[in-house]
Amino acid sequence: MAPVVVDELVKRYPKRPVNAVDGVSFHVERGEVFGLLGPNGAGKTTTVGVLTTRVRPTSGRGMVSGVDVVRDPVAARRRIGVVPQRSNLDRALSARQNLLFHAAYHGISAEMRRERAAALLAEFGLADRADDKVDFYSGGQSQRVMIARALMHEPDVLFLDEPTTGLDPQARLFVWDRIRDLRGRGVTMILTTHDMDEATQLCRRVGIMDRGKILALDTPDALTATVPGKNTLEVGIHSDGVDRPTFIELLAAVPGVERVEPVSQAPSGPLRLRLYVASDAPLMVAPVARVVSDAGGTLQELAIGKPSLEDVFIHLTGRALR
Amino acid sequence: MATVVAEPRVMHPSFLTVFVAILRRDITVTFREFPAFLAQVILQPLFMLFVFGRVLADLGFTRAGYAAQLFPGIVALTIAITGLQAVAFPLVIEFSFTKEIEDRLLAPIPTALVGLEKIVFAAIRSLIAGLVMFPVGFLVLGSIPFDLGRLWILVAFFILGSLAGGAMGLTLGTLTPFNRINIMFAIVLTPIIFTGCTQYPWPSLSKLPWFQVVTLFNPITYVSEGIRSALLPRGPHMPTWIAAALLIVALVGFSYVGITGFRRRAID
Ligand SMILES: Nc1ncnc2c1ncn2[C@@H]1O[C@H](COP(=O)(O)OP(=O)(O)OP(=O)(O)O)[C@@H](O)[C@H]1O
Ligand SMILES: [Mg+2]
Repeated sequence: MAPVVVDELVKRYPKRPVNAVDGVSFHVERGEVFGLLGPNGAGKTTTVGVLTTRVRPTSGRGMVSGVDVVRDPVAARRRIGVVPQRSNLDRALSARQNLLFHAAYHGISAEMRRERAAALLAEFGLADRADDKVDFYSGGQSQRVMIARALMHEPDVLFLDEPTTGLDPQARLFVWDRIRDLRGRGVTMILTTHDMDEATQLCRRVGIMDRGKILALDTPDALTATVPGKNTLEVGIHSDGVDRPTFIELLAAVPGVERVEPVSQAPSGPLRLRLYVASDAPLMVAPVARVVSDAGGTLQELAIGKPSLEDVFIHLTGRALR
Repeated sequence: MATVVAEPRVMHPSFLTVFVAILRRDITVTFREFPAFLAQVILQPLFMLFVFGRVLADLGFTRAGYAAQLFPGIVALTIAITGLQAVAFPLVIEFSFTKEIEDRLLAPIPTALVGLEKIVFAAIRSLIAGLVMFPVGFLVLGSIPFDLGRLWILVAFFILGSLAGGAMGLTLGTLTPFNRINIMFAIVLTPIIFTGCTQYPWPSLSKLPWFQVVTLFNPITYVSEGIRSALLPRGPHMPTWIAAALLIVALVGFSYVGITGFRRRAID
């Protein structure tokens, strides 16, 4: 059985007019990193809350490692590790004690606790500050302690709720590397994020969530393939005095080009355009270059791009993600 | 693609193991700063004993023997209030602000037992605070009442009173939203300090019947009267078994409300 199964999950918080989670179904396979991607208030944390026994669902079912999270929350808690969106470290304790007590709550022997804590603290680059109170830790350090803590009892499924929100680029890359490590070791993970890049980098499959519903669910590649104007071509043209709108008209007329959009540009620089093309973008390079030079311009820059998950989201909802 | 993933090993600790680990966390945190803990619990009763038991007596405002009546009440008050505060304040903050308690709520144990742990931990603090009152009382008052033959009654009311204080704290802590913490404690704490038959034995209130009835709604009354009966059997006090029975009723009631409230706060 899949380690995580979610079936028609609904959650309406008391005194709320709408469902925070509104009929969500998905499953996660063993060893898979599954992403829940969506804007603020989409219902990501609520979904994770149900699966981690902290939120009681209004209806529907959540199973973790074959255990129904509503019927047997204690058994579910033995099998999950949770890294919450907001720090919930025990501030009265040091990082090492946070790890040791967590393991004690999960019934791990004293000797094993110490061994694992030392190993995880080293792995997460926390060894030198391990005995400082976590009160004084930076956001990135706290995040690392929380991930290490969640791994102390070797959970079957790890939940990461926006693990890199608010971290600087370096701290974020560090967390990404750790997640890739875990992925390499076969740990099943559910990761929520509103960062497209993160979802693309880390997740095998992504569920795009908005207003409590999953709008689309597939691999990042398959999702981006659903956006019309599959591929894009970005060009920078030195116009040599030729009228700019003329280029846009000429390029839009090239067979295979679906749409031409000007891209933000400096007034003196080259004319930058994004071309949405129907067929493979590389095949369009030659005809586009010909049209540009025939019209008296010079092709200065050229980049082949694919639509991102962001484009998928805009395509699905008509809104930007943030 | 043939990926081999080991079947996960799942630990099955007993509820008792998990409970003890959570209790150990609270004990570690409290007793690491033992002097601070002592200062917290000793100062208020120390000054009460000094002013009411010593200063007023020396100035002739109270009758001889009042200090002996006061001492058991102060012990009871210390026990109950220490337990109440040990749970109520930290709980409001942990639930609303630091979320510290979440890691314990994710431990493999029923949520109700995490709430029960709060009561037991508070009771441990209370017992220590109650014991410390004996040397403090001796130093301040010069002599304190004691009856070795009734030690078992003292022990029983120490335990019941400690648990009741913790249960009251759990009730208060789970019913108070974070933004009401100041007003809530002001409204609740002051009245229960002065209506718990701490500074006067309950039977002597027969001269003030309406107030005698009011004090019955405060569980601290039963702790005070029980400890009075243990330490000063010949002085006026409520019948011991009535005090014990009503204290047990209060303990069960507050534990039920407190643990129910705890579960409601713990799970959205
Ligand atoms: N405890 C609660 N009580 C009432 N409403 C809540 C509660 N928690 C969340 N909500 C509401 O449910 C909806 C979904 O919230 P949720 O936290 O699941 O979203 P999210 O996708 O995690 O958002 P974010 O990216 O901001 O973390 C929101 O409208 C939120 O206001
Ligand atoms: Mg969230």
